[in-house]
Amino acid sequence: MTFHVILTELLNGMLLTVGIFALTLLFSMPLGFLVSFGRMSKQPVIRLITQFYISVMRGTPLMLQLMVVYFLPWYLFKIPLSSFWRFPAIILGFTINYAAYFAEIYRSGIEAIPKGQYEAAKLLGYSRSQTFLRIILPQVCKIILPAATNEIITLVKDTSLAYTLSCIEMFSVAKQIAAAETSMVPFAVAALFYYIFNLLVSFVMNRIEKQMSYY
Amino acid sequence: MEMQEVPYLEMNHVRKSFGSLEVLRDISLTVQQGEVVSIIGPSGSGKSTLLRCATLLETMDEGTLSYLGKSAAIMENGCTVYAKPAELDEIKRSFGLVFQSFHLFPHYSVLKNLIDAPIHVQKRPKEEAVAEAMALLEQMGLADKADAYPHQLSGGQQQRVAIARALALKPEVLFFDEPTSALDPELTGEVLKVIKELAEAHMTMIIVTHEMEFARKVSDRILFMDKGYVVVEGTPETVFRSQNGRIQEFLGKLQQP
Repeated sequence: MTFHVILTELLNGMLLTVGIFALTLLFSMPLGFLVSFGRMSKQPVIRLITQFYISVMRGTPLMLQLMVVYFLPWYLFKIPLSSFWRFPAIILGFTINYAAYFAEIYRSGIEAIPKGQYEAAKLLGYSRSQTFLRIILPQVCKIILPAATNEIITLVKDTSLAYTLSCIEMFSVAKQIAAAETSMVPFAVAALFYYIFNLLVSFVMNRIEKQMSYY
Repeated sequence: MEMQEVPYLEMNHVRKSFGSLEVLRDISLTVQQGEVVSIIGPSGSGKSTLLRCATLLETMDEGTLSYLGKSAAIMENGCTVYAKPAELDEIKRSFGLVFQSFHLFPHYSVLKNLIDAPIHVQKRPKEEAVAEAMALLEQMGLADKADAYPHQLSGGQQQRVAIARALALKPEVLFFDEPTSALDPELTGEVLKVIKELAEAHMTMIIVTHEMEFARKVSDRILFMDKGYVVVEGTPETVFRSQNGRIQEFLGKLQQP
């Protein structure tokens, strides 16, 4: 197998990797807000449930969580597992895991905003939603950016865990070729791809950080 | 024909405790239009808590509160009952508050700090809000800082922006919670000058302050508070010449280097 073929195969696998990455971010970032609100809720029941959810998501391996999400419909309802369920299961597994992490990042940002900002907004007549959207959220975004960047970079590498559910993303392709050809080259190429992907992520996040550094 | 003036602010028999600590014990305060009232007293005497109750940042345990005759809180069966949120929102429009540590919005420019609430809360046209904000900045001597961000300003400038921000909503009553306590003497001067100008323009103001000379010069009336009570209340002359031991002790300590 020529180097060119390896490259093409891996790039094909990369499509799935990027897909998992993008969809996970798309769903987990907003869901994280919901979870963080639950975590900070004044209702003890909601707060405890959310806390438990976060502790399970953070306390068990993502690989295991993916398997649970995939096999659960069959164990609970005896719904036969189909290949159509595989990709949604991966996205769902990644989303609920990352939402927990994002929730804690959001919470750290929200709790870092001084009480005075809320009081000033209240005195100026802002409604609760206006206070959050106009005053609090823009400041939270700036505070959490470095932590969020970390998490997003981790996600790029975590996408390789999708192989657990036999999803042929880039890393699975690399493993297959490596086994067939008894060569380490595919792994080296895969490493390079992940690295470049993350360079891009860092570049974009840096740009956003710079844009927010006006205050 | 004589008409009974409606007080701009009326608080009666206010009580407030934090746990077992009684911070306000039966405080009443009535402020008429154009009056400047200063509240002085040692730390922990309840001055700031009184202000926070008046501005609805804290809830009172007992007592009534009204602005321009509209009740924000009334007494029912020995407890304070607050008006409905919609009514409170309406009442909130009649007062503004300047904080000790400014609490400007750091992500907004000076101008945006001033126009954001008029535009998005009071739904006023943007051109009008900008014109009024620029006039206020002119008045504060900060016209050239409209595009600056709060962190680029000195504490005194920030506090003047905060005053302008409160004024931009055209409140009837303006509260100050130790507006110069976070500032050095030089910056204190520029903020006090602005407050003095407002007093001369007959803005109704209630000022919690440790600046005794300032309070004496600018106030129509001074309340001296201690341990949750108003110990002495009256014109600056009355209060500063009071023979009350607690006041003399307090003022005496201030005069020592």
